[in-house]
Amino acid sequence: MAGKSRRRARLYHLLLLLPLFSLWVPFYNRIDPSLAGIPFFYWFQMAWIAVTVLVLLIVYRLEHRSGDKL
Amino acid sequence: MSGPLDLVALAVFVVLFGLVTILGFIAARWRQGDLDQLHEWGLGGRRFGTLISWFLLGGDLYTAYTFVALPALLFGAGAMGFFAVPYSIAIWPLLFVVFPRLWSVSHRHGYVTAADFVRGRFGSRTLALTVAITGIVATMPYIALQLVGIEVVIAALGLHLSVTIAGLTVQLPLLIAFVILAAYTYTSGLRAPAMIAVVKDVLIYGTVLAVIIYIPVKLGGYGQIFASVDPSKLILPPLPKGGLGAQSAYATLALGSALALFLYPHSVTGILSSAGREVVKRNAIAMPLYAIALGLISLMGYMAIAAGLKSMPAYADGFKAFGSNFAVPALLLHTFPSWMVGVAFAAIAIGALVPAAIMSIASANLFTRNVYKEYINPNCTDAQESQMAKVVSLIVKAGGLIFIVGFPQTYAIVLQLLGGIWIIQTLPAVMLGLYTRWLHPTALILGWLTGTAAGTWMASTLSFKSATYVLHIAGLAVPCYAAVSALLLNLAVSVVLSALFNLVSRGPRRDATVAEDYL
Repeated sequence: MAGKSRRRARLYHLLLLLPLFSLWVPFYNRIDPSLAGIPFFYWFQMAWIAVTVLVLLIVYRLEHRSGDKL
Repeated sequence: MSGPLDLVALAVFVVLFGLVTILGFIAARWRQGDLDQLHEWGLGGRRFGTLISWFLLGGDLYTAYTFVALPALLFGAGAMGFFAVPYSIAIWPLLFVVFPRLWSVSHRHGYVTAADFVRGRFGSRTLALTVAITGIVATMPYIALQLVGIEVVIAALGLHLSVTIAGLTVQLPLLIAFVILAAYTYTSGLRAPAMIAVVKDVLIYGTVLAVIIYIPVKLGGYGQIFASVDPSKLILPPLPKGGLGAQSAYATLALGSALALFLYPHSVTGILSSAGREVVKRNAIAMPLYAIALGLISLMGYMAIAAGLKSMPAYADGFKAFGSNFAVPALLLHTFPSWMVGVAFAAIAIGALVPAAIMSIASANLFTRNVYKEYINPNCTDAQESQMAKVVSLIVKAGGLIFIVGFPQTYAIVLQLLGGIWIIQTLPAVMLGLYTRWLHPTALILGWLTGTAAGTWMASTLSFKSATYVLHIAGLAVPCYAAVSALLLNLAVSVVLSALFNLVSRGPRRDATVAEDYL
């Protein structure tokens, strides 16, 4: 199967662990700093969705550049 | 049940529902294939591109029940209900990394279900049967709960037409919706929910936009909305002495639900119906858009608190009949003009039809491939196989309907809770199986048995009311989602026994797949 996409985990794949930070409850279980009246608990977790998309997008691009696909 | 019949809302609702029905039947001819082949009927011919897959998976995973039950959770319990957001986050890296492998190996070998893959990988039809049965049993109550979503909005519309069949009283609109759903799933297979999912999302996103802009304006802004929530429910309680309290429950609920999600048959069907592994990856990137919608929708629970709906006489009957699940319909009725109520309710009802169709198709695929063909009629023709699946899809749906009509709603909720605990026990065979054949099939079966029994037992000690069982680890009380603790037990048994069995068993394992199949 030479020439077909290789399979190798690269260092950048560790980025995929970043979204899991949203499971670390003590970090965001607080009201302040609130944003436009929205407690930290809510806006932080919502914002982390955006971080997740960004991380996935970056990894996807890097995979395409290097040809290494998980 | 609640308030008078709103004719404008009803008319909009009926028109949209009618449109979707027509689409469901037209779908049979969309990207036409030979529907006498199981992969054509049950996987849409594995031809869905990124966009359609995105709609299909979105309709599949973010269901009507979610739209009704999550806000209800925030409405009743507060911050705990927001666990759906970290859950929604954890899913996507998992989908990105693990499941393109399932797509590839299934494409290579013509697998239609996760149990097909397990059968091929481990050469054990008994192990495959455990995966299939778990999948079917976990999905049934899920289908029943989708019908609850329809039931709630129909009641909120003010329709009270019921018929009694064989001693069971059924709401006529629910019965009609069900017959329509069954008919187009039968004729069109997976193409029907895929097409309808597009309409559903246009309606849902429209409703969400209206909700997040219009309602806060009416209620005096987000600050006002959060201020009206009981401060003790606004965030999780601080860590209690000698334990982790609600915080570990929150995190493990999110993690366990995320691990379980793609083991559900309807999720696997969604993945396998896509046109390529790249489609699966791109979807993992784009799907979090739904998570944002989900977070915003769940905040409707707080909006319902801020609007003071609970004490309004107009909605008293609804809350009495459906509990917190009535919060969303009441909020929509209270704030929106009639036509918009019709659109929003149609979105919820159609949002129930899409996953109900996919779930019944997925269960039908499992039964046909891994029970009927494996044990009953191994020499069946392709047409017989496909015909069997169509009939089973009807039986599964009828089962869901009888469940909702004939039993108290709490039964479906309990079973769905147990379903999550059960389905996650197939993780070692399915997800680890994508990476290694080292695990021994007999060990996997025993691990599955242990995990299922332990998880069920933990839930039973909680009278099946909750799934967070308190573990005592080194003097620390750790409330943990029972699915996660039972899975750990399952993994331990699977690994230890595999080491043992691999030592004594001789001869090569019957693995139908090779490493390249997964790429």
